Order: sequence, then C-alpha cells, then structure tokens
Amino acid sequence: MNFPLNQDTCDAIGLTLKLAALATLILLMLATPLAWWLSQTRSKWRAPIAALATLPLVLPPSVLGFYLLVAMGPHGPLGQLTQALGWGVLSFTFTGLLIGSVIFSLPFAVQPMQNAFEAMGVRPMEVAYTLRASPIDAFFTVALPLARPGLITAAILSFSHTVGEFGVVLMIGGNIPGKTRVVSTQIYGHVEAMEYAQAHWLAGGMLVFSFGVLLALSMMRKRVGQVRP
Amino acid sequence: MSRIIVALAALLSQSMPTYAAEVSVAVAANFTAPMQKIAQAFEQETGHKAVLSFGSTGNLYAQIRHGAPFQILLAADTTTPAKIEKEGLGLAGSRFTYAIGKLVLWSKQPGLVDDKGDILRSGKFQRIAIANPKLAPYGAAALETMTKLGVLKALQPKMVQGENIAQTYQFTATENAQLGFVALSQVMSEGKIAQGSAWLVPAHLHAPIQQDALLLTHGNGKPAATALMNFLRSERVKKLISTYGYDV
Repeated sequence: MNFPLNQDTCDAIGLTLKLAALATLILLMLATPLAWWLSQTRSKWRAPIAALATLPLVLPPSVLGFYLLVAMGPHGPLGQLTQALGWGVLSFTFTGLLIGSVIFSLPFAVQPMQNAFEAMGVRPMEVAYTLRASPIDAFFTVALPLARPGLITAAILSFSHTVGEFGVVLMIGGNIPGKTRVVSTQIYGHVEAMEYAQAHWLAGGMLVFSFGVLLALSMMRKRVGQVRP
Repeated sequence: MSRIIVALAALLSQSMPTYAAEVSVAVAANFTAPMQKIAQAFEQETGHKAVLSFGSTGNLYAQIRHGAPFQILLAADTTTPAKIEKEGLGLAGSRFTYAIGKLVLWSKQPGLVDDKGDILRSGKFQRIAIANPKLAPYGAAALETMTKLGVLKALQPKMVQGENIAQTYQFTATENAQLGFVALSQVMSEGKIAQGSAWLVPAHLHAPIQQDALLLTHGNGKPAATALMNFLRSERVKKLISTYGYDV
C-alpha cells in the first residue's frame, strides 16, 4: 500500500488544524463571558439564550448548513452585511467555514464552562468582593482559575468537535483544495470515489486522534480534579 | 344494494390492486424532477409504487456495491451501469439508454450568461459551481468543456464543487455561486428555461452524457421492477423526459 500523504492530504490536515485552532480561540473568547452571564444572571432572557446557545447541539448539520448557505448568500442577511463591509460573500471561503464552525461548536464551549462556574457557587466571589476586588478583578483572579477544568474541557471539546465537523462544511464549503477541503470531507470524497486505501489512512488517523483527545481529556480531568482545593 | 357492492368492489380494486408492489430505484440526482413525475404516472398506470433514492452516480454505485437493496439504477452515465453489470450485481442485457443529458451554464441572474458562453472568458463573476467531476458525469462534462474552451486554468480559483449535481444547482440557485454548470433538466420547466440566464453547452464540447438504466439483481424477477423498466421505454415516458430537456 502506498502511503498517501500527498499534497492534497497534507493541505487538508493543515487546514483542519488551522480551522480547529482558530475556532477554539474565538469560541473561548465568546463563550467565556456568555457562560459566566448564564451562570450568574436571573434575567428572563436567561432561558431563551441558554436554549439558543444549545441549539447547534441538537440541530442536524444539514439544517445549520442550509441556513448558513442561505444567510451567507448575496441576498441573505449575513451576506448583505459582509458585502456592505466590503468582505464579499463568505460562503466557500475559510472565513465562512470558521463562522460555521464557531456556531456549530458553541454549545461544546459554553456548557462545560457554565457548569464549572455554577459548581463554584456564590461563596468565592462574595469573599472576593468583601476583600474589595472589582467584579472584573474577581472574575479573572477567582472565577476563571477555579473554573479551570471547565475551561480545559471546553477548549478540547471545541477543538475536537471542529476537527470532526462534516455536514456543515459539506454544505457551505464547496470542496476547494487548500481552502475548504478539510479532513472529514476529504475522507468522504475518497470513500465516494472508491479510493479506500486513502480513506483508510485518513479515517484511521482520525480515529486515533479522537481517541487520544478523549483519553487525554479524562486523564487531565482526574489530575486537575485532584489539585482542586 | 348490489350496485353499491359493485361500486365498493371497484373502488377497493382501484385503490388496492392485488398486484401492487414496490420497486426501489436509485436515481442520479440530475434526473430527480422527471423521475418524480414518472413515478406518479407509473403508479397511476400500474398501481406499483416506485420508491426513489437520489444521489450522485458515484455515490449510488458505492451503495449498490455494498449491498444497498435497490432494484433499478438510473445512472447519469454509461460506464457505471456497465461496471455494475460486469461485477454481477446487475442483470446482463437489461441495460438501455433512457435519456441523453444536456449540460447548461446557468445563472439565476437574468442577462449574466450570454448565448455563447463568453462570460467564462470575461471572468466577471466570483464563483462558478460544478459537480464533483470524480463522482458526477455532469461535473466531468463541465470540466471537459472548460478544458476545450481553454479556460480551465483561469477559472480554477473560482471553482467550487457540489457533491452532486443537485447540490451544484443549490449553490447556484442561492447565488452563492453566480454561475453553475448544471443539468438542463434542473432549470427547465414546461419546455423552457424557467428563470435567470443560460448557455446551452454545444454537444461537441464534451462527451455525450448518455444515461443508462440497469435492472439490478435485487429487482430480478420482481414484477414491479420489470414493469418500471418497460414503462421507462414507453412513448408516454419518452415524451415526458424530453420536456425536461433530455434527448431520448
């Protein structure tokens, strides 16, 4: 069997890692304040916003992909916005894929962090306030460090879930080598074209990768859990 | 009283013909619209129900090879049915051409595509969608056309691929791609291009898209499958197929 690590495959792997890394970064920045707000607020908007942030977890990727395609199109709301900003239409671009991935993986970032913030209880923050820490100060020096296991889980899940993303990419990507052809769609293409040798290599790699991530995650959880006060 | 019974019996026999059966058909995505009409007519005429699954020909081939229980394949090419027949999954001698497809360069935007296809050389568009040439014959024909016109290299950066011709149409119809090489059947309704602008690609620019049907081994000896194979060759169906822009 010839080793199939050709240019196309390397491109797809590189692109997948880049997409997952950027999506994780953006997700951590977006999801941390959102998860904090959800864990603290008593607003009537809490329930609908929590439901909205969980929606990508239950919606089939075909629904998300379809709406993204329509929304990003030249007549869709997102498409009109991006055109007005001079960015053009985002479907079939890396940026478009990144936006799709962030939406698609949002619950995987929000939920673990929200759980961690909620598990912390109100006591640590109250203590910080009595020591005259400002809310922002208290958040960064008390809440975030205490929620570290949740943060780590969120980052790893966001990353691996983006790596495993398929349906949305298929629907808004357009299968462009080096731009929107990620590993999962590459595998699909190989299987469809009956190139089983290449498909096996990539699919096996994906399997090992996913297993490794989950193994590392559960081992890390144990360790971080022990360190926790 | 007896009249009522006769009427009831007639009604029953009409709604539930004793010979009614189901036939499962794998259909190339470009043939979606006409096949839905054909299935309706087929059920009216014979009482048999055709259950349709759509996909790219390459996709359907993979499914059939891995035991999908389809009884008939309506492919978008001739090589796939021939290959399946040779692999012993189709009935030898049952193959025939049910339609000859036509490739069209289409845009939803009126006036964008001229009637000579010069838009391909002008480059006055951002994206052009084609079906995956590895899987879909219409994609291969699109690639061949662009190669013959000498515009392939220039257009490569603007090209996006649909997984099959249905997705390619979807990219173009939502105007995420301004242009798309799609099947004429997808943009034709009642004998003319329904909307937007189009260039019917001349036949000499690509190998003819002959579409073959094949009776698969799962359909061997099944009356509904045999009936549909015959129905596809009937004058009624041929006329219907040609209104969708196919040659028959």
